[in-house]
Amino acid sequence: MNIIELHNLKKYYKTQKAVDDISFSIQQGSIFGLLGPNGAGKTTLLRMITGIFYPDSGEINFQGKKFDAANDIYKIGYMPEERGLYKKMKIGEQALYLAQLKGLSRQDAMKKIKEWFVKFEMQSWWNKKVEDLSKGMSQKLQFVITVLHEPPLLILDEPFSGLDPVNSNLIKDEIFNLAKKGTTIIFSTHRMEQVEEICDHIVLVNKGKKILDGSVKQIKQDCKENLFRIGFEQLPTNFDSTGFEVIHEESNSLVVKIKEGYKPASVLNTFLKHNAGIISFNEILPSLNDIFIKKVNDTEATRQFQKV
Amino acid sequence: MSKVWLIIKREYLTRVRNKTFILSTILLPLFFIGFIAASTYLSIKGDDKHTIAVNDQAGIFKTSFKSDKSITYKFPPDVNANNFKEKGYSALLNIPLTFDSPQDSITLISDKTLGFSTEDKIKDQINIAIKNRAFLQKNIDKKILDSINDLDEEKLYNFKPVIKKGNTTLKANSGLAYGIGFGSGMLIYITLFIYGAAVMRGVMEEKMNRIAEVIISSVKPFQLMAGKIIGIAAVGLTQLLIWFVLIIALSAALSSFISHDVLQQAQSANTAMGPSANNTAALSFLTAKNTFAQANWALIIPCFLFYFIGGYLFYAALFAAIGSVVNEDPQEAQSLMLPITMPIILSFVIMMSAATKPDTPIAVWASIIPFSSPIVMMARIPSGGVPFWQLALSMVSLVAGFILTTMLAAKIYRTGILLYGKKVTLREMSKWLFRKS
Repeated sequence: MNIIELHNLKKYYKTQKAVDDISFSIQQGSIFGLLGPNGAGKTTLLRMITGIFYPDSGEINFQGKKFDAANDIYKIGYMPEERGLYKKMKIGEQALYLAQLKGLSRQDAMKKIKEWFVKFEMQSWWNKKVEDLSKGMSQKLQFVITVLHEPPLLILDEPFSGLDPVNSNLIKDEIFNLAKKGTTIIFSTHRMEQVEEICDHIVLVNKGKKILDGSVKQIKQDCKENLFRIGFEQLPTNFDSTGFEVIHEESNSLVVKIKEGYKPASVLNTFLKHNAGIISFNEILPSLNDIFIKKVNDTEATRQFQKV
Repeated sequence: MSKVWLIIKREYLTRVRNKTFILSTILLPLFFIGFIAASTYLSIKGDDKHTIAVNDQAGIFKTSFKSDKSITYKFPPDVNANNFKEKGYSALLNIPLTFDSPQDSITLISDKTLGFSTEDKIKDQINIAIKNRAFLQKNIDKKILDSINDLDEEKLYNFKPVIKKGNTTLKANSGLAYGIGFGSGMLIYITLFIYGAAVMRGVMEEKMNRIAEVIISSVKPFQLMAGKIIGIAAVGLTQLLIWFVLIIALSAALSSFISHDVLQQAQSANTAMGPSANNTAALSFLTAKNTFAQANWALIIPCFLFYFIGGYLFYAALFAAIGSVVNEDPQEAQSLMLPITMPIILSFVIMMSAATKPDTPIAVWASIIPFSSPIVMMARIPSGGVPFWQLALSMVSLVAGFILTTMLAAKIYRTGILLYGKKVTLREMSKWLFRKS
């Protein structure tokens, strides 16, 4: 079941088509990556999903019904890229206030904040002010505040920026935990290695348009270039290279691109006939990083101002 | 609605608990009391003492000049413009034989200005001397002249201005009306700036901390703006209430301190041998208290509250809109605020004249137009001469005005609060006003 479906969303600014006819849907309980270069329209897209902006045209369906910002925003937790907290307000009070704004009762909010503070070892922070926290600490606090009201849909914009590896892992584990319990997570970032590690499904947008949509596995398959790495005891010489092309030669392996119409087995056969001592044979799938760069370059990396 | 309530509560509590709130609430009245005390002290203490050497060539002033507390006249023989200072005089008054032409005039020579009041007193003495001489020249008996000069005008007649409206008559007190009018106009003027700026700073804080985006993903921008404006209004009312209680408590304390005995003593002493300084102070305090009681507080207090809140609401939303479009640069706020501060300052200028002349056309219109009515109308009300239709029209247009400014400001606020890194011009803001949502 899809928790959220976007149909032909459009949002134009004066000089930009920020979001230009984007549609996709997100499955309940999945971790969804929304990728794109700076200024691709991600933030605008997220602001429409969180009900901050209204689309110029198009439709959002949330949990099977038309998105109703007034009520559905309580089912969404949104952590914007630019962290925001009141600097002079005490942390406990602040968490309580923001949780109540999300519709929790005072008692519930109090109980949940205490649970999370224990989990993240933040109990001693209650009477501190945000200005006393380091960047990483306030990041943790922001995460807690975002997930407090247990929203079915969680939107995290660059959740790991500024976090050390220990705290990164803490939050990553929490994200997996929430996903296991059925929370759908939209994860927006430029850090492709994190996407590969975390996300089930991704959409890549650039210049306001969707340019990729699929599961991480599927996209890698779709974008693969039939590259294989063959490891040898000793690099063979004088072999018949019909059916493939040597792209790259390493100390004791070859990277080959298999031509259209040929199978990996036929390449292996060629080398076996040569009595070459093969020790490994792997398909090289492109990393998301490569795919990202290639796809974005195909569509021009930076946006130009344009008339709408 | 409960969301707005939460926001109001936060805005109110964080401000009221703040040290600056407590300090400003206590210090501002103390500052006012100090200011009043200082100016009273200065006026009682009066001018510096002057000893003036008079070179009376005409010979008609010697008998007539009377020294008083602050000015002593002496008629030494050999004092001139070069040596009066050495001989210990603060000024030399040179009176030639004739003094009615520009060439021959009475000259007052000093090495620094003596001040208005001293010069006036000297002129008064000269006037009296010349008038007396004229009377004597017309053969009026010196005794009769002296007895006329000794008449005390205050005891010759009683003057009582009265305001009559229908069947009720009220004792009119122009000084009191002026004082209350000016005071309340001034108070509204100051609080408009204080609380307006507080709204603006609050909005800027939320925008710069980037918390606006977090909050706007749970409440509507308008709710956030309204919550802030109402929360700060509550802070203002609290502050006003504390001041009001302080004033009542202070004057009650003073009245009980000046007990009935002291009062009687003062009054009997007054008739017998002239009041001592202490008793004069007590008496003047009691007179002031009685005079204040004469004002039409039943009209003034509700009107003050109305214009205080109405004026605040009219301008607060505009201040919020300005705060929402400002980026990191506080200078930007200064220049964007100009269109808002100009009408407030202009109202203050009109208010100052309206307090003395409440019925000039400019005062009347300025007290009806909502841009200036909160400040100007309060200067006119204590005079008692504001027709009902003017008051009603002014109130209705103020309410309509603040609804309008809030609606317009909300449009700017909604866009501005999420817009970063872009300098917004007034022209762009006006475009947002006419854009449909």
